[in-house]
Amino acid sequence: MSSLADVVVCAAADAFRGDGEIFASGMGTIPMLGARTARATFEPDLLVSDGEAFFIGNDLPLGSDDKIVEGWIPFRSVFDTLWGGRRHVMMGASQMDRFGNSNIAVIGPFANPKAQLLGVRGGPGNTINHATSFFIPKHSTKVFVESVDMVSGLGYDRASRLGEVVRRHHRLPRIITNMAVMDFESADHSMRLRSVHPGISVADVQSATGFELVIDGDVRETPQPTAEEIEVIELLDPRGLRHREVA
Amino acid sequence: MSRDKRITEDEAVASLSDGMTIGIGGWGSRRKPMSLVRAVLRSRLKDLSIVSYGGPDVGLLAAAGKIRRITYGFVSLDSIALEPHWRAARQAGAIAEPVEYDEGMLQWALYAGSLRLPFLPTRAGLGSGVMDVNPSLKTVVSPYDDGEELLAVPAIRLDAAFVHMNRSDMSGNAQFLGPDVYFDDLFLSACEPGHRYVSCEQVVPTEDLLKHGTFHTMRINRSMVDGVIEAPNGAHFTNCEPDYPRDEAFQKMYATAAANFDSWSAFTERFLSGSEADYQAAVTAWRIAADDDGARS
Repeated sequence: MSSLADVVVCAAADAFRGDGEIFASGMGTIPMLGARTARATFEPDLLVSDGEAFFIGNDLPLGSDDKIVEGWIPFRSVFDTLWGGRRHVMMGASQMDRFGNSNIAVIGPFANPKAQLLGVRGGPGNTINHATSFFIPKHSTKVFVESVDMVSGLGYDRASRLGEVVRRHHRLPRIITNMAVMDFESADHSMRLRSVHPGISVADVQSATGFELVIDGDVRETPQPTAEEIEVIELLDPRGLRHREVA
Repeated sequence: MSRDKRITEDEAVASLSDGMTIGIGGWGSRRKPMSLVRAVLRSRLKDLSIVSYGGPDVGLLAAAGKIRRITYGFVSLDSIALEPHWRAARQAGAIAEPVEYDEGMLQWALYAGSLRLPFLPTRAGLGSGVMDVNPSLKTVVSPYDDGEELLAVPAIRLDAAFVHMNRSDMSGNAQFLGPDVYFDDLFLSACEPGHRYVSCEQVVPTEDLLKHGTFHTMRINRSMVDGVIEAPNGAHFTNCEPDYPRDEAFQKMYATAAANFDSWSAFTERFLSGSEADYQAAVTAWRIAADDDGARS
């Protein structure tokens, strides 16, 4: 059996399936590995970055500087690319509700926060302009809540109120955690349990979630990585940094 | 021969007044004009309105109680995700007017300011918490057939701007030699003439600029600049690629010092109680001591 980290990396890679020639942007170790794994296997047209300012043309291991630069993507070009919709980001969230409204800004009231977090960063612009997936390393009722304290990324309910253009661009393909994969492929776009990782039950996931998940028939198990995928992941993360994010 | 605009950090800061809106270039803990920020810490300036893609510039000014209002998309130390001094100030309710924007909205606000437009339209921010916590933000309806409602990001005009470049000539033709100019050109362009300050690692003769980097690196010209400050290691402890990387060990110490009053007092006493030269000397001494410790262990 493969490790949880490898299952999660493959689930992250799968989020980019079918994206074609766009910027697959991963924030953090596992999302970045997911994007690089997708490009190295089934989605070769993706563009991936070094996390700084360059598109890299080779299968660059995490932590390595031995890169082939195939493009320049300073922050201004990132904004241009994302406002133009040629991007799929996978980012984190400290809170998320059933419609995918996410929060990385603040816990408690904005005027008088209990915990000041990062700020909304690019969340509002990302979610209103292109596909945004999430990686959450610790699935819990602290993260998956009835109502987020500040909306940094738009969920389906808020996006649908903004009109036809926004509805067309807004998409939250996957939520990947250490327990399961979720999506919003339900009638009212509330969060659906897509698959559970090996050894995890549907009840485990539901009890770690602060709202009712949509359960659509039999929930399958998140696929185990293939031998080829494991080889690629080892190549892209020889130091095993992925195991520090999920265990 | 163009004008010699060289001054010191303290001269630049002495020209500013309480309550001014100051834009600070760089991004997170990357190529921040830290020697100018340290000069503000030494000054009596107060009630400042800061505009920044925030890093330790914001943390230091917040810890010193200098910030009344701040417009930001995030505050982060990059390799340390959350800025502890900024967090402490926010959680203590010490920031009177936090104005939180999406990162792209902030670019738009500066770009509108630099073009002398009242606003620029965008979708970024619509429907998000940014609208909830900034009730003064307004929308605008496209006058064309689509009739789409968009967020009208109001222009920011700055009273003063600080940016740190790799090279400049004495009149303010300046270069970034690292991977990203960030939005430094917009900070300067959105600023009223008079207090647009560029610090740099090295002042070089104009005719040598192209020996240091290609013409693509010459994003700042002297019409955007009122004062040039030669500040070697001036971005410390943030990075200034390719001249130097971030000083991660120092940044870690800076972040750890936020733990309590005593540890922060010790840090400010050791590093921030004197001139910029004193700061640089204290950093050098700290590094030698740390290397000795490393060699012994």
